Amino acid sequence: MEGLISLAVKAIFVENLALSFFLGMCTFIAVSKKISTAIGLGVSVMIVQSITVPANNIILSYLLKPGALAWAGFPNIDLTFLGLISYIGVIAALVQILEMILDKYFPPLYNALGIFLPLITVNCAILGGSLFMVERDYNFSEATTYGIASGFGWALAIATMAGVREKLKYSDIPDGLQGLGITFITAGLMAMAFMCFSGVKL
Amino acid sequence: MSQTRKQLLTDPLVDNNPITLQVLGICSALAVTSSLNVAFVMSLAVIAVCGFSSLFISFLRHYIPNSIRIIVQMVIIASLVILVDQIIKAYAYEISKTLSVFVGLIITNCIVMGRAEAFAMKNKPFDSFIDGVGNGLGYSLLLMGVGVIRELFGSGSLFGIMIFEPVSNGGWYVPNGLLLLPPSAFFIIGFFIWGVRTWKKSQVEAREYKIQTLEEH
Repeated sequence: MEGLISLAVKAIFVENLALSFFLGMCTFIAVSKKISTAIGLGVSVMIVQSITVPANNIILSYLLKPGALAWAGFPNIDLTFLGLISYIGVIAALVQILEMILDKYFPPLYNALGIFLPLITVNCAILGGSLFMVERDYNFSEATTYGIASGFGWALAIATMAGVREKLKYSDIPDGLQGLGITFITAGLMAMAFMCFSGVKL
Repeated sequence: MSQTRKQLLTDPLVDNNPITLQVLGICSALAVTSSLNVAFVMSLAVIAVCGFSSLFISFLRHYIPNSIRIIVQMVIIASLVILVDQIIKAYAYEISKTLSVFVGLIITNCIVMGRAEAFAMKNKPFDSFIDGVGNGLGYSLLLMGVGVIRELFGSGSLFGIMIFEPVSNGGWYVPNGLLLLPPSAFFIIGFFIWGVRTWKKSQVEAREYKIQTLEEH
């Protein structure tokens, strides 16, 4: 349990997907103009992330790992090279299913998140989360914790970024830095602030 | 090479750079630039994937049903990325360790998807290939630029070869450690964008609010 809490804190603050691994930057920069939309996107990323990381973990341990197919009578098969294509397939499929479920049973939430859901398939943070799960060899419970925490970290980062940008538009910025340029520099300053967490150990 | 094909290749370098203007594919641009070797391999990988995915998608463009085109594009791109990933693992294992997940993330790199969707679906294979390579080159140009600054001033070397002798080796240069850390990449790209937009005025974004001067008040 303790291990899981420290993993969660690490995934939210120390190894924040957006600010220390630069994942999901495209949407992070593009959709952070208003706080309300940023929070909507953040929440949907968190939901999708906490489903896809454990799902990919199951796929990895029962289908792809060397020896994983032992239950089907093929103990010598190693399918890890198919990893990338299966993860992205799982993500695309899950996003689609989630969209349909939300549409059927939670229409208000669907209307709120609607436009962001398809965008999430190509969000690097989602695929990145799954790939980090593979690289660090998480087991199922670790993968679940990591999925939820890293999604929350990303949501936190984009919400704060949107807060800063809402104020920033009133300030006097040199012409060339207007828009994209100043957003990058702000993100850099935020990343520096998040680096202060790097000493945190639980 | 005709005039338009040349334009397809050179336009994305500065005038329509995927990173500074189209805001595509930033994720990996920031993460892999702390050393030039890695940035170079990453650039080659992106150029290859971008060029060939455009080529193949363009070959298939009349056969892909519109409703499932994203999935088809995804599968083509993912297969190419797996190929590149396996090649890098076979011939440059050390670098593949540093690149870690970022080769896999070329799949979701918006440049590749963006070019497939915006150009390759509507144009002839060879033109699409050139366009893909051009955009890959535009990405690489920025990647290498950031990489040069970060490695030269962050650890005093280029491609791992010592240029400035650091103090720790008895030289004179005190390396700027910040440049090896993630935030510096944001600043450098921010300043790059500033530079490009000062040079090419047409890329400047319009202000949402104008600050009143005293006379107007």
